[in-house]
Amino acid sequence: MERRFFLKGLGLAGCSVAAHPWLSTVTLAQGGRALGENRLVVIILRGAMDGLDVVQPRGDRDFAGLRPGLSVPPGLPLDGFFALHPALGDLMPLWAAGELGFAHATSTPYRDKRSHFDGQDLLEAGTGMDVAAGAVRDGWLNRMLQAVPGLEAETAYAIGRDAVPLLAGAAPVRNWAPDQRLVLSAQGRLLLDHVYHDDDLFRETAAEAFALAGGEGMGAGDAGLSDADELVDFAVERLAGAARIAAFSQTGWDTHKGQATALNKPLRRLGATLLRLRAGLGPAVWGRTTVLAMTEFGRTARENGNGGTDHGTGGAMLLAGGAVRGGRVFGQWPGLAEAALYDRRDLMPTRDVRAFAAHVMRGLYGFDRGLLEGAVFPGLQMGDDPGVLR
Amino acid sequence: MSDSWVAFRFGYGLPLPDGAPVQVPALMAALRGPDLAAQAHPAGGMAALLPLMAAMRDTRLALKQAPKDKAANKAERRAVKAGKAMAVAGLRAALARALDSPDGLRERLVAFWADHFTTVARGRAYFALPGTLIEDAIRPHLTAPFAQMLVAVTLHPAMLLYLDQAGSMGPTSKRGSARGKGLNENLARELLELHTLGVGAGYGQADVRAMAELLTGLTFVQEKGFAFDAARAEPGAETVLGVTYDGTGVAPVQAALRDLARHPATARHLATKLAVHFAADVPDAGLVDALAAVWGAAGGDLGAVVQALLEHPAGRGPAQKARQPFEFMVAALRALGVSGAQVVGMKEDVFARMIAAPLAEMGQPYLAAPGPDGWPEEVDAWINPQRLAARITWAMEVPGRLAVPLPDPRAFAARALGDRAEERLVWAAARAESRREGVGLVLASPGFNRR
Repeated sequence: MERRFFLKGLGLAGCSVAAHPWLSTVTLAQGGRALGENRLVVIILRGAMDGLDVVQPRGDRDFAGLRPGLSVPPGLPLDGFFALHPALGDLMPLWAAGELGFAHATSTPYRDKRSHFDGQDLLEAGTGMDVAAGAVRDGWLNRMLQAVPGLEAETAYAIGRDAVPLLAGAAPVRNWAPDQRLVLSAQGRLLLDHVYHDDDLFRETAAEAFALAGGEGMGAGDAGLSDADELVDFAVERLAGAARIAAFSQTGWDTHKGQATALNKPLRRLGATLLRLRAGLGPAVWGRTTVLAMTEFGRTARENGNGGTDHGTGGAMLLAGGAVRGGRVFGQWPGLAEAALYDRRDLMPTRDVRAFAAHVMRGLYGFDRGLLEGAVFPGLQMGDDPGVLR
Repeated sequence: MSDSWVAFRFGYGLPLPDGAPVQVPALMAALRGPDLAAQAHPAGGMAALLPLMAAMRDTRLALKQAPKDKAANKAERRAVKAGKAMAVAGLRAALARALDSPDGLRERLVAFWADHFTTVARGRAYFALPGTLIEDAIRPHLTAPFAQMLVAVTLHPAMLLYLDQAGSMGPTSKRGSARGKGLNENLARELLELHTLGVGAGYGQADVRAMAELLTGLTFVQEKGFAFDAARAEPGAETVLGVTYDGTGVAPVQAALRDLARHPATARHLATKLAVHFAADVPDAGLVDALAAVWGAAGGDLGAVVQALLEHPAGRGPAQKARQPFEFMVAALRALGVSGAQVVGMKEDVFARMIAAPLAEMGQPYLAAPGPDGWPEEVDAWINPQRLAARITWAMEVPGRLAVPLPDPRAFAARALGDRAEERLVWAAARAESRREGVGLVLASPGFNRR
């Protein structure tokens, strides 16, 4: 969708992959499909997830004092220093199996204004503060796909009713909301086919829509499933087939008030999403899957007056999947002493979250560093490989 | 011109009421005449929104002082609700105006310019803001010189807030240097790239920066809306595209905007955009040339440009465009005989469920485009599996609740499509097993969805 804008934006920013000198050095996996067998799922956590509550630095001596009313009861011990929020407790077996990890004290290059909109724009555009808002109109995951020759639209899916700017751009991707109903009587379907017969676009688009909706009668039969389950099942079906990339978003992370209870719901949903994805894909496909769950920024180190936290800077990213070298928390811990905080209020980011994503893309698909630092994440210094993949 | 040609290409669908203008002189006369639609279905501009925004700010501050106070909570929620209600009323008015307008041309032009000058609410305090720009800065200038519209839009709080101009400060201005805060180039860039010259036109980063410095001082204040704050205006003259603008206050800004409005690159950019929107994704070169020539000769007079668009034979080619969801919705309601008054009077939850939410499902939530470049034009941006499924589903499920009883599908095909009803559709509509599905087939048909 909405392709022309992105081309336009790229032209201005001068980071079009199509004309990119590094393009020829991209190594692509052998085998029928351009991206090989590895799967990448990106979940955008809209609203700013509190990384300090999800992966609690209990070993930091300043932690407890900053948040007397939060992280009670304490999380489940991960590695002696960090503990996992109890609402993600169902994921402990994944941690033990090395299929779950975190990058902590990380953030996008977004600073200071702490606006959800701007923060998400930057997170999904994959740009830094040096690129003016609006100058790049496509998403970094789409720009990665732009570097893949002969790409089929079935390779990448943006799933759900919310737009996923991360995947928007010139490279062909599919959009689908699994809860989109499409119910016609058998006769209605036949007549619609008749009406669409001479119009290629409508005929083919409708055929695809009916296939995606699972044929006649779909919709009503799925009424018992929650939105997240439906969405995951759809992703599973695609990723088990021709798709290699999927992206969707989850909301509910903006916990300004009563965080001790407010954070439970989005965390349980995220945990259930990962478990369902793992179960649905089965060991073989899950073994080649990497899930990145990232958010626009972290939240204040201190608890606020409403038992919540406010918009901050550094936070955490979740990594899951059989392709991940999990069971560890990546990143350099800056400490929570007041002088170590960003602006004396937020967790100090010690590494650009885009660097983790870039290394994952490089590890999974063999993209050249120059392409990742120039076109996909313009201006990024990837730095050393953090070794998040097996 | 035939009814169906006017209704599909330049309007909001069939049927046209008796006496509706279909020839160019009559269409232009109506367009140049009074804005009857806005009188019949009023919607608020900035003047109406300011007190609501003030109430939102005051109640929010009061709530901060007393977060646990029940009355304060209630007052804050009520204030936000009033702002949201104004935004929803704006959507209802937009639909009602398009439904009741005889030929639809005025409302189509409003939609075109509202998209060209896209603003989107950033946060709940601003839900109604984008609509106020349409009332204040777009509707009054549809047949005026483009410069008038451009000045009105650029100085409007909705634009100043959406593209961050309200926070921009000249680096050596009194407030900028005191606060160490700087220039924000967002509006300046979009002004050149999107609103006037177009990307690829002969301007550079130096022009963007000079334009940004020229724009400093334009800001928004809660008490009165637009304001010029000399303390944040960058001192000295600025040179944009080789022309130097000097002076104080908004005069140099207006002078630069007037020059941009008449610039040949702007003429070509807007001529192309109009042709793409109204005629074809890849428009006839002759049409674009003709519109750009009229733009140049008439000094950007929008009335003259619209007249040229209506008159040009290339504007009458086959239906290659997709009706955007808002157009689809209006055309469907119009064909079903739903009046503007009915839409305005619809119960809140019914309106949300049957109209506002489906618009979003079809891909076009009202005044919430993905970026300052507005909605896409290409057919496949709208007719793709997810969005077409939403149209088909709406066509099959909703009409039966809005039009009771539903019309005979064969008659409905003639009413909704006129001489465009395809043989295949007429055949199928007659064989549907229910009126509901027959009417749905008509609304889901390619002929109804293309224009």
